[in-house]
Amino acid sequence: MKTFKIGGVHPQDNKEFSAHRPIIECGLPAKAVIPLVQHIGAPAQAVVEKGQKVKVGELIAKAGGFVSANIHSPYSGTINKIDSYVDGWGMRQQAIFIDVEGDEWLEDIDRTPTVVRECNLEPKAIIDKIAAAGIVGLGGACFPTQVKLMPPPGKKAEVLVINGVECEPYLTCDHQLMLEHGEEIVIGIQILLKALGINKAVIGIEANKPDAIARMKELTNRTLGISVQPLKLKYPQGGEKQLIDACIGRQVPSGALPIEVGAVVDNVATVFAVYQAVQKNMPLISRVMTITGKHLANPGNYQVRFGTPLTDVVALAGGIPEDTGKIIGGGPMMGRAMVSIDMPANKRVSGLLFLPEDESRRVEPENCIRCGKCLDACPMGLEPYLLAKLSEHELWDELEDHNVMDCIDCGCCLFTCPSHRPLLDYIRLGKGKVGGIIRARQAAKK
Amino acid sequence: MNVIVISLLVLGVTGLVAAVLLFFIAQKFKVEEDPRIDEVQEALPGANCGGCGFAGCRAMAEACVKADSLDGLLCPVGGAETMKAVGSILGKEAAAVAPKVAVVRCNGTCEARPRTSVYDGTRSCQIENALYVGETACAFGCLGCGDCVSACQFGALSMDPKTGLPVVDEDKCTACGQCVKACPRHIIELRNKGPKSRRMVVLCINKDKGAPARKACLNACIGCGKCEKECNFEAITVENNVAYIDFEKCRLCRKCEAACPTGAIHAINFPPRKVEVNAESESKKEVKNENV
Repeated sequence: MKTFKIGGVHPQDNKEFSAHRPIIECGLPAKAVIPLVQHIGAPAQAVVEKGQKVKVGELIAKAGGFVSANIHSPYSGTINKIDSYVDGWGMRQQAIFIDVEGDEWLEDIDRTPTVVRECNLEPKAIIDKIAAAGIVGLGGACFPTQVKLMPPPGKKAEVLVINGVECEPYLTCDHQLMLEHGEEIVIGIQILLKALGINKAVIGIEANKPDAIARMKELTNRTLGISVQPLKLKYPQGGEKQLIDACIGRQVPSGALPIEVGAVVDNVATVFAVYQAVQKNMPLISRVMTITGKHLANPGNYQVRFGTPLTDVVALAGGIPEDTGKIIGGGPMMGRAMVSIDMPANKRVSGLLFLPEDESRRVEPENCIRCGKCLDACPMGLEPYLLAKLSEHELWDELEDHNVMDCIDCGCCLFTCPSHRPLLDYIRLGKGKVGGIIRARQAAKK
Repeated sequence: MNVIVISLLVLGVTGLVAAVLLFFIAQKFKVEEDPRIDEVQEALPGANCGGCGFAGCRAMAEACVKADSLDGLLCPVGGAETMKAVGSILGKEAAAVAPKVAVVRCNGTCEARPRTSVYDGTRSCQIENALYVGETACAFGCLGCGDCVSACQFGALSMDPKTGLPVVDEDKCTACGQCVKACPRHIIELRNKGPKSRRMVVLCINKDKGAPARKACLNACIGCGKCEKECNFEAITVENNVAYIDFEKCRLCRKCEAACPTGAIHAINFPPRKVEVNAESESKKEVKNENV
């Protein structure tokens, strides 16, 4: 079995709470809030007005730039207002408020469970359809998918790498999706291959999901060019660059995108959304979320339409456990602790994790003992102890020289540090500052 | 004996040759420097705080000597007096500048601003600000980790453990502006010290609408505009749901303070008002008259 070469850690995967729980559809709320920022890049621009009636699947906000994504209404009803709401981290964001009335869909959306295999569209038409459906990378970064499918001039895609790794502990939504919708995912891969004009795809799946590996292998047996690559368990294997290294043995150079080595990476959930959009005319209006935690009554995988209050989803999962000390949006390694779950589900939130009080506190940091564990753990081959120190002393130029922008925020350094030093906190701060300096420099050049 | 004489001779001659060589080289590569730079540097405070916008006092002195007039050059630490001294050395006119002081524009004390979460990450405002809203529901208020306190080179800032807010020691504050740069929420502002150090300030920068602002903090400015109407000198503007007092226009009449329904406007360093008959307004003032 393969894995990536540099660094990595082995956190306890804790997937047993929600693994193999069938995907449950979450009911409709009475009122929904659809955020206008659900992706990386420019915010979407609302194209509906107060009082307007909308149906499920109707475009309510269009992409606000090249790197941006359309947003469609997940509900039928009346637009109440376009206003700001407070998200789970306490920040104000613009959103469209909808009063939900019934469940009326646009007519051209195919809601039947029948699997549509044939796809006779031209590559350009496929990409247009993906862009129109507002599909973004559902692995976590939420990068608009159509941008990835259009390599810059001079670059050529060679291999499509499909991310079925789900290396983040606790989360099981991609796993369950592969088990339940494997067939659709394979068709989605074929569509993406056609759009890119290539014929080789590798699905990377970690060894802790043997049933998903078996299922995908069975499905790809007779499909040409698509293979399944079982991977050794190691975090952060789901990172784009780590996955390319693990699956096809190519190393993306510092500061470059995967297309540099001829790879395009997409998550299985994204591929499923592509299938839905191209074959069923279904825009991206829902996603599978993992709601989990040690003491949660009903941890599981829930199909949630965007805009549904997370409180509703949590109620379905059995309510917030009494001893909860911290609620994390996303997984424990990359996710962020939330102030409140009184926020709508959106493309970005892949899961909710309820940590009990005794596991939720950070340990008081001690002095660095120069053990070098963070160096061994960093999957990007950086020097976390040094980056954190430079950032603490605000030496931004030196930080840039030490490739701080290559950091992928995976948190391996923080996880492995025996002195519990807040390495990632400072590196992230430095990354933000250096990123700002670089952008300012580029703007000045223009 | 011979050996000693020879070695003395050789060393002496070598030394002499080297000395002559060095003398001519020094003549050839002499760096001409305006002696006034040293004088000006002497006149500057020598704190090297960077408040003037230059790398240090030496760089400031060079800039002063080079410049045609002293307009736009100001040592915030030394203030008008220092610039006058610099001007007399250089024979240039120094513009009169009003002394300034750092003002923390947040009055979200522990009582006024209920906590909604506990932050147990690194004690740094910059890091906390990048992560989330902070321990209270106000996305504009002080985070209380003390980045400004550690940025101050003059010991003028300290955290008040009672309120959880930084306090400016006006005698020590030199208005160098380091705290202004350090605050990720841009709460601290350099304002004119004012006559007898008296000034009117809106101690809030919450840009939310009235209801959520008030919900997050009892002392918040709700942008109602009462002060704007009350002001006879057009010193107050309400923009983005928050009032701002222009210190150049303000005449310290204190009418806005009385008009403010949430007590966001503070009169600083004023003597307590004379006792009035109205008991209700009396109790209001008591809260407001504290020095911030």
